[in-house]
Amino acid sequence: MSMILDKVDYKYSPGTAYEKHALREVSLKIEDGQFIGVIGHTGSGKSTLIQHLNGLMKATSGAIYYNGEDIYDKDYDLRKLRQKVGLVFQYPEHQLFETTIFKDVCFGPKNKGLSQKDAELKAFEALRAVGLPENLWYQSPFELSGGQKRRVAIAGVLAMKPEMLILDEPTAGLDPKGRDEILDQVAKMHREWKMTVILVSHSMEDVANYVERLIVMNRGKVMLDGTPREVFAHYKELEEVGLSAPQVTYLMHELRRKGLSVDVNATTLEEAKDSILKTFGAK
Amino acid sequence: MNFIEARKLVHEYIRRDEEGNVESIQTALDHVDIDVKPGEFVAVLGHNGSGKSTFAKHLNVLLVPTEGTLWVDGKDVTEEENLWDIRKNAGMVFQNPDNQIIASVVEEDVGFGPENIGIPTEEILKRVDKSLKSVGMLEYREHSPNKLSGGQKQRVAIAGVMAMEPKCIVLDEPTAMLDPNGRKEVLDAVERLNQEKGVTIILITHYMEEVVRADRVYVMDQGKVVMEGTPREVFSQVDTLKKYRLDVPQITLLAHELRQAGMAVPKGILTRQELVEALCQ
Ligand SMILES: Nc1ncnc2c1ncn2[C@@H]1O[C@H](COP(=O)(O)OP(=O)(O)OP(=O)(O)O)[C@@H](O)[C@H]1O
Ligand SMILES: Nc1ncnc2c1ncn2[C@@H]1O[C@H](COP(=O)(O)OP(=O)(O)O)[C@@H](O)[C@H]1O
Ligand SMILES: [Mg+2]
Ligand SMILES: [Mg+2]
Repeated sequence: MSMILDKVDYKYSPGTAYEKHALREVSLKIEDGQFIGVIGHTGSGKSTLIQHLNGLMKATSGAIYYNGEDIYDKDYDLRKLRQKVGLVFQYPEHQLFETTIFKDVCFGPKNKGLSQKDAELKAFEALRAVGLPENLWYQSPFELSGGQKRRVAIAGVLAMKPEMLILDEPTAGLDPKGRDEILDQVAKMHREWKMTVILVSHSMEDVANYVERLIVMNRGKVMLDGTPREVFAHYKELEEVGLSAPQVTYLMHELRRKGLSVDVNATTLEEAKDSILKTFGAK
Repeated sequence: MNFIEARKLVHEYIRRDEEGNVESIQTALDHVDIDVKPGEFVAVLGHNGSGKSTFAKHLNVLLVPTEGTLWVDGKDVTEEENLWDIRKNAGMVFQNPDNQIIASVVEEDVGFGPENIGIPTEEILKRVDKSLKSVGMLEYREHSPNKLSGGQKQRVAIAGVMAMEPKCIVLDEPTAMLDPNGRKEVLDAVERLNQEKGVTIILITHYMEEVVRADRVYVMDQGKVVMEGTPREVFSQVDTLKKYRLDVPQITLLAHELRQAGMAVPKGILTRQELVEALCQ
């Protein structure tokens, strides 16, 4: 089971003066149960790409297969696809609309056909998962701080328990603890529910810590695709396209230049720490 | 004299039902004391909902204190006749680059503020030039803002604020939505305004790396100021910061853990260079 993108091409406003070629023949295979990161400069096509994965946007040309079925087939039920592939938008707080936070999170599961009671259970679980203080649950979502709204919006998609969860820059505006809590929670669901996760992020440290596969977008194309270690080894090329490597990777390169035999491909704090301790212990 | 002086500042968001009876009170600022000197670069940290934006909104009188006092540039914010002066002298930049740009050409957008307050055209042109230059965006003056990257849009927004010639700029998570390069561009521009033009900077952020550049840091927790000091002082208290839902820069944390593992690394390391030096001596 997997999702396959075959030469997916997308143009905004084709044939007009405003035509914008946002995706250029992107081909990818997303295996079931993978935890994938997507990075790229602003405007590289990340948001356009992921909106294709749940059928919100239709490729100008090319094909997408989910579990072997062509999602553009006229008999394919796109509504079902959207329940299986949950998408947390880039600015999800813009999509809050109910009178209370709790109702807002119940909306998705109820829409999916769950009973009021089951929907409430799911909402309860999801709000817990994103760590929103319980005393806020029955307030209006519009009176929350920026980071609190973000949590409610994420809870809304978690409550649907999708097979594939796509998060478009979910941690922008979250405090450091909140960032770790949400990503830990996502990692846990990935492990326990075998959920496929696609995380679009501007934090090189976060993707290095969490994902097993990293896709780099540049000008509508896939520029690199590999493990974080493989991808961040190309840090010079990443800088040329507005990205960078995690701070510790740079540190390791600087230490190597000073003649220390540390692991220059370390991308996480743990890896860097182990390598430095080993190098100094061995001296 | 302080440019900003908050004394026992309290702000309550009061919710009322249809009949006007008080339903609930949310104390967003709880006896806050904050001082900022002219020309200082101060960062404000705190968990989501700790009151940072509420404080920021007092600085240009989008909100007024429930209790306590706040002076901006020596003027009491509760005095109606000071409103104009204060708004002019404390410019705001927000998180989302797309909500802050109005005009269809960059230079018009930057000139919008001064035009609005009746500055003569010739003077506006000068200011637009100067402010775009100060954020490194002069060559884009005739471009359409919606074709710019996030970092470029934010720099245009900052130029728009600069064109009002404020003494102070308040930036509420200006880099939250930007890629690494965009974040660096914006921070570099802010630092330059501070160092070269002496503009007072208040930076609210959740990126600990950005705080390293500030002169001083305030940490908020549930509406209260709970820590204050230089970045080095504040970031040397790793465990206290974690208790307040915050963090330290990745390099500082690595140095901290190496120290705990028994290596001779000094406390309060902030940058890669400092850690390289500590390890290679
Ligand atoms: N318009 C409002 N009405 C009622 N309560 C509000 C309103 N705006 C904010 N609050 C509450 O006031 C408190 C402080 O909010 P504030 O927006 O100042 O937080 P913040 O520190 O800026 O958070 P963040 O990091 O998420 O931006 C929070 O508990 C929030 O729920
Ligand atoms: N609604 C739209 N209309 C026209 N062009 C768009 C629209 N949305 C995005 N684009 C353009 O498509 C390209 C890819 O954008 P996007 O997918 O949002 O990138 P990212 O998410 O990586 O920042 C950019 O050049 C952007 O300007
Ligand atoms: Mg995007
Ligand atoms: Mg805020």
